[in-house]
Amino acid sequence: MTRFFTEEHEWIEVDGDSATIGITDHAQSQLGDIVFVEVPKPGTVLRKGQEAAVVESVKAASDVYAPVSGTVTEGNTAIEDNPALVNSAAEGEGWFFRLTLSDPTELDGLMDEPAYRDFAASQG
Amino acid sequence: MSDEDLQLLPLDAWHRARGGRMVPFAGYAMPVQFEGIVAEHEWTRSRAALFDVSHMGQLFVSGEGAEAALEALLPIDLATLEHGALRYSLLLDDNGGIIDDLIVSRWRQGFYLVVNGATKRGDVDWMRERLPGGVTLELLEDRALLALQGPAAFAVLERHATGQWPLSALTFMRGGRFEIAGTAAWVSRTGYTGEDGFELSFAATDAERVADLLCAEPEVKPAGLGARDSLRLEAGLPLYGHDLSRETDPVTAGLAWSIASRRREQGGFPGHARIAALLAEGPARRRVGLSIDGRLPAREGAPVLNGEAEVGRVTSGGFSPTLGHPIAMAYVDSAHARPGTLLAIEVRGRMLEARVVPLPFVPHRYHR
Repeated sequence: MTRFFTEEHEWIEVDGDSATIGITDHAQSQLGDIVFVEVPKPGTVLRKGQEAAVVESVKAASDVYAPVSGTVTEGNTAIEDNPALVNSAAEGEGWFFRLTLSDPTELDGLMDEPAYRDFAASQG
Repeated sequence: MSDEDLQLLPLDAWHRARGGRMVPFAGYAMPVQFEGIVAEHEWTRSRAALFDVSHMGQLFVSGEGAEAALEALLPIDLATLEHGALRYSLLLDDNGGIIDDLIVSRWRQGFYLVVNGATKRGDVDWMRERLPGGVTLELLEDRALLALQGPAAFAVLERHATGQWPLSALTFMRGGRFEIAGTAAWVSRTGYTGEDGFELSFAATDAERVADLLCAEPEVKPAGLGARDSLRLEAGLPLYGHDLSRETDPVTAGLAWSIASRRREQGGFPGHARIAALLAEGPARRRVGLSIDGRLPAREGAPVLNGEAEVGRVTSGGFSPTLGHPIAMAYVDSAHARPGTLLAIEVRGRMLEARVVPLPFVPHRYHR
């Protein structure tokens, strides 16, 4: 399994043609206390860059975009029931959704973990 | 506005050293949070939090005829405002539109006013243009303003404040001169969280010392703008620039209580004719509280619907940590403003069920 990161502060864990997607710890800390999450339903076909999930913190609303294209196989309903899980375990149990990759070449050029941590640190 | 243009609070370095996340607000770099908005919110409701509100405008109006001059600008009855008492009032334009909301108090040498930060320069210009010769208005730019808010605020401040009277002599909306560990301060029992608490005005050069002293108490933590906003929303208190503006008037905003009865009868303040008409006929819309089902917050600008018809707009909204569900303030057509009315709010194409409820959402705990 390989974990990739985007400049939009999302992580993608790839296992064969399956990818699990979430927001990074840096992203949850910038959002603050999360009070509402909506994840996509299984079967949803997402194009890269398309709005995939909704996250609302006490401060503001923001969208989570699909970092890669694919068909959703599972949304994490645990974070819909308990949005604070995204704050406490953004890069683990607080994952957002899984999809089957339709174009694995989209992973090319994404950051690995050390590159992402440097990028996030430079964002302040 | 770029970050370089932002003004700095007297506690700027102190906030940064304590992990405050600084954001632009009202032309200042201000802490939006320290450890987290919900934690700070709950800490304020259960213990006491220190808020830096030094961005707000502290004004002093004095001189021969200051009382009459202020009454010509504000719909307030200053004849009944005793020394050391504070009162909420509104700066109105000639059409009754709200230029700002503010607090007025009577000191020995004149009147001390606290106005909103984002509007203070405009307020000063507006008032100076209309004050007669001999009445001066100063913007006190060398003073800090800190708010200590929460059920433990009194116990904490009593340890440090000495004055002509014991601190317990101050009830809600009363103020006086005290010393806080040697710093001369004007202390009032006021705030914008719905909790008991105090606001302390003193020389900006002493700000770090006083903030350190108060935050060294086990009951006190610093809190930021985020918690201040969620606390005031739960307390049903309107926020200028969101719930109040030149487009709203005191009657529609549900603030007609702040217009003294003598002034309603006699007039002599900007917007009197329009306000008298609104009081007689009733406003077309009203500011209401909305309690929302589920967890998705409705924010400023969200349409409020009755069936298919838009009957209002949300002016501020968010998640209530105390109640565990979203709440909002909105202006809705008067026909739909009665508590208990079921409405809907549209948020990103979704319809949220909302019920009109009386304000405040969370009961005030002022020390009267």
